[in-house]
Amino acid sequence: MDTQATQLRPSHPNVLGSASTFSAALPFLALLLVGISLPLFGGGYWGVIATRACVYWVLVSGLNLVVGFGGQIAIGWVALLTLGAYTTSVLVAGNVTPALPPYLALAIAAVVGAIFGLIIGLPALRLRTFYFAITTLGFATIVTQVALAWQSVTGGGVGVAGPIFPEPFASQWGFYYFCFGLAAICTWMTANVAASRFGRALTAIRDAEVAAEASGIAKPALLGTVFLFSGAVAAVAGGLFAALQSYITPDAFTLDLSILFFIAILIGGRGSILGPLLGTILLTVLPEFAAPLVAWSTFLYAVLLLVIVLAIPGGIAEILDFKNRRPLESDRAIIPRPELLEPLLGAPPDAGALTLEEVALSFGGVRAIDGLDLEIRPGQVHGLIGPNGSGKTTTLNVISGYYTQQRGAVRLNGAALPVFARHRRAHMRIARTFQTPRIVGSASVLENVMIGGTIDGEGTFIESLLSLPRHRRDEATLRNTAMLALATVGLERLAPVRADRLQHSELRFTEIARALMLRPAFLLLDEPAAGLSAEEIERLGALILAIAGAGTGVLVVEHHPDLIFDICHHITVLNLGKILAAGTPAEIRAHREVVNAYLGA
Amino acid sequence: MVESIVSTGLAIGCIYALIAITDNVMFSASRVFSFTAGTLGMLGGVLGSLFIARMGMPVAVGFLLALAGGAVLGIVTEIVAVRPVLKSLDQHLYVLSTLALALMIQQFTAIEWSTEPQPFPRLFDIARGGFDQLFWLPMLACAVVIVGLELLYRRTLIGHAFLAIAEDNFAARALGLPERSLRIASFALAGVIGALAGFAGGEMLLAFFANAPMLTFYGFVPVALGGMGNNRGAVVAGLLLGLFQQAANFLVGGIFASVAVFTVFIIVLLARPEGLAGATLQRRV
Repeated sequence: MDTQATQLRPSHPNVLGSASTFSAALPFLALLLVGISLPLFGGGYWGVIATRACVYWVLVSGLNLVVGFGGQIAIGWVALLTLGAYTTSVLVAGNVTPALPPYLALAIAAVVGAIFGLIIGLPALRLRTFYFAITTLGFATIVTQVALAWQSVTGGGVGVAGPIFPEPFASQWGFYYFCFGLAAICTWMTANVAASRFGRALTAIRDAEVAAEASGIAKPALLGTVFLFSGAVAAVAGGLFAALQSYITPDAFTLDLSILFFIAILIGGRGSILGPLLGTILLTVLPEFAAPLVAWSTFLYAVLLLVIVLAIPGGIAEILDFKNRRPLESDRAIIPRPELLEPLLGAPPDAGALTLEEVALSFGGVRAIDGLDLEIRPGQVHGLIGPNGSGKTTTLNVISGYYTQQRGAVRLNGAALPVFARHRRAHMRIARTFQTPRIVGSASVLENVMIGGTIDGEGTFIESLLSLPRHRRDEATLRNTAMLALATVGLERLAPVRADRLQHSELRFTEIARALMLRPAFLLLDEPAAGLSAEEIERLGALILAIAGAGTGVLVVEHHPDLIFDICHHITVLNLGKILAAGTPAEIRAHREVVNAYLGA
Repeated sequence: MVESIVSTGLAIGCIYALIAITDNVMFSASRVFSFTAGTLGMLGGVLGSLFIARMGMPVAVGFLLALAGGAVLGIVTEIVAVRPVLKSLDQHLYVLSTLALALMIQQFTAIEWSTEPQPFPRLFDIARGGFDQLFWLPMLACAVVIVGLELLYRRTLIGHAFLAIAEDNFAARALGLPERSLRIASFALAGVIGALAGFAGGEMLLAFFANAPMLTFYGFVPVALGGMGNNRGAVVAGLLLGLFQQAANFLVGGIFASVAVFTVFIIVLLARPEGLAGATLQRRV
């Protein structure tokens, strides 16, 4: 495997080599320099603005993982800022406990923020988008009301003094460096996550949730972790905010702030770190240039939001993405290299057979599948054909857990597959592709394929956050394996390209590469040949045969009889949810009912 | 005390129910929810106060103008924030576009009207006390809207057309129904209902820009609990919400009541994401 991967690399030195890493880091380094040298240029009021931008970014960086990467519309994040600000201030002031040192208070605030981040975030796991947005909005309203009402602790409408951090951070510029340092750390940490399997899994949940599940990504665990992190940094930002304001009242935490955070991310662009960072700086600084407009700033943010949503949904990040505006070669053929399957898939898995016994499922009065028996054996290609509505895709969906059969059983090596736990299928090495390719359009082809290997990473979220060795090893392995998978299906030249620029047939092969990342014992292909040219179908057929040859059991749902008869060892013909015929290709070809009903003379 | 809880609770509940119906009417026509629902309610109160108290118009004229204002905002919502993003429903851009519009109107109101709550005029010159207009006006408005919608949907051709596009948009278009005009009409109707909610509840809620997000939230709770597009569920849930909130108000004290409401909302939603009366959606891959 390693030898193959190293052989691949020299031909594409610029794909993800050190040059491109450096150019990606360049804007951040520039901002770092500007930030460090800022006190040389000016002072006074601009120092406050710069500190404020840093504080906001500490919050936005975490929120960015939720909104920009995870696609969860959390509009009430100011609630966590409020929570952090009050927790820190109250603990330092000693209203309830003995007065605590500011750093300890800030740390406690982070813990409280993490817990509440999780609580606010939990509904996202079950609720639809608008519901979640409304829930966060409701939470934001309520936190402010509580701050107002709980006079004995928060001081009510009168407020409470913010914490003062001891020297060397007590002076204006000292405090600025403190905030700037934290902002820089947050940038580094979230950039690490963004470039890790966790960041890619988040974008997969955002843009292709079913594909994420099929790749074994457990949405609750992942989003839960991200909400914890995001809540913690938001509360830290709150503590800093309180110190910066030096005195806080509930009035300081209007929904306008929430909107500012949220819009900063959207202006910046989803799935980017640099974009939202620039967005935050822009939105913090802009109103200062137009003093008369300060009252109108939220109105202008709202206008900006509308314009972005309607006109440039990609935000700043897309405008800055020069690399992906270069035209692609127009005449590019997909030439799979099945010989690479051996290093990619390794030794044939020993999984037994995947069997369906008497499976039945109806939707209302319609019997989608009715007493279906099926056996997929390792190393064999099993074809599932039949007219539209005969239950082919439904069968796939029962196997991958999107539907639960009402009768019968789906067994892997004799053991029943768990109901509901769709992402567990990936751990059992059952991979699949989709009738309409489910791809993260804004991610590169390589990243899309790497999503398929998410469950093979060993490092934890914390390790990725801090870029510890295990994270880096995971990434290197995933990258090499994904390059190998891409080379296997014949797409390695497109590895760095944004996936939404690909042609339809290329997306189909990308999905196969992603599925191969699981080293599948069983591979379910849902109409893999739809939309492919005759030549591509032929190559696809050879690739599927080679995959089966490596020991994988393949189930193909297809409409192209030629492909099915060429590659299948065994064919099941469905009609109205029932088996019309089953047997070898030769038997099916000779089956009179099948020929009459489906194949034609 | 019980009497006060019940009358205030039911009155507030009626306002929430009306906002929920506003949400539902927009949802039926377009399959999207809009953050402008509460804004419409807020605007009903502000416009009523503006026309009647500040500009001295007769109550009837002020009332009609306020409703007209709601209708205009409804139509603007459709044109500016809904229609452009309907093509890509799966990206949920409508959440952001309607939020942006709602914020624009809210901020405009805050700056041009007032950032403080302004009094809303008493509509009928009768002595205060007992079962006051403060309470029965929202209830009357709610009853009128329920009966009116019921008649509209059951007895009139345009009502049938509304139901048709709500039931199956594609089939309705295939039958030659003017889907776009019907959608605009629905949003105008939603605007009128939302403004009516704010106008009828004006004396209770006052003319205050910050009512917008408050009503958006509390108006959506009945939708979530009663099931999307289900007006009867929305009314029942709205009334329960109002009663619960008022009861919590008295029992655990003013502001922690909202914490109680929020907690119950979250728990119910987590237990039954499709709402208490809604049906589960089958998932499609």
